[in-house]
Amino acid sequence: MTARRPAPEPAQTVEARRDAALNWLSGGIPYVRFLDIRFDRRGDELTALLPFAESRIGNPMIPALHGGVTAAFLEVTAIVGLAWSTLWEAFETGRIDPAELLQGQTLPPLPRTIDFTVDYLRSGLPRDAYARARILRAGRRYASVLVEAWQDNRDRPFAMGSVHLLMPDTAA
Amino acid sequence: MTDILTAARRFIEQIPHARDLNMALTELGEGRARITMPYDPRLVGDPATGVLHGGAISALMDTASGAAVMCHPSGPTSTATLDLRIDYMRPATPGQPVTAIAECHHVTRSVAFVRVVAVDLDESRPVAMATGAFTAERARGAAE
Repeated sequence: MTARRPAPEPAQTVEARRDAALNWLSGGIPYVRFLDIRFDRRGDELTALLPFAESRIGNPMIPALHGGVTAAFLEVTAIVGLAWSTLWEAFETGRIDPAELLQGQTLPPLPRTIDFTVDYLRSGLPRDAYARARILRAGRRYASVLVEAWQDNRDRPFAMGSVHLLMPDTAA
Repeated sequence: MTDILTAARRFIEQIPHARDLNMALTELGEGRARITMPYDPRLVGDPATGVLHGGAISALMDTASGAAVMCHPSGPTSTATLDLRIDYMRPATPGQPVTAIAECHHVTRSVAFVRVVAVDLDESRPVAMATGAFTAERARGAAE
């Protein structure tokens, strides 16, 4: 009378479902689509990509990326990174079924920025940019996230962000 | 003085990203700048409420701050953000334009300090506030 353990799902199914959940999360935010920010996933690690476009320029003389675009890129990376880590944990522990989530269509409530500090380390070049978020702490109500953005050279970040966020109400 | 204002205005009009967000300079002078950005569904951060994404407001505040530096009486020839610290006090009301009012309150030979506030139509309750440090480039190599 031992309960039979269900056969493990094929890895591809699991990965495809995770990618679908990520696309749904990042693709559901109009401003993320406006800036054309994409996310590349390796396991639970996300790398954000900001493809270069002429409309991202802030100083046409140099030319350099607009400081506001850089700030927005860091902030989006922090918010999606934090929301993703919360979702990931919920998927892995089985608290949420990603398939059900995808059918439900509406985005889960997102963390909200309380404050945000950006350090501009060097001017943003007219090329693609990448960013990763590191969650320093994610409590029940507050979270602190560090974000780093780079371009051609991973060891030469061009901007760093430190973000404090209010966690969404998870009562629902 | 007129030259400084003209230069500052041109500086802002030539920013592709400012054009992309339909930012309009409504006041400029003596280290103060006021820039308005219309509500735009493309800039929404939370589709459930229609509230603008903080990033778009950051971009607006950064632009207004740069404009305030550029029109400071000391006449910097160019500027770039060194750091910006933004506090988000409340969500901007959906459907309303957001205005950033920036003041460059102090400059040294190479650095400009700015305070900026973002408001929607209810100006008594700010949406966000920020302080920043900007580079101040000088024409005759004073910054070097």
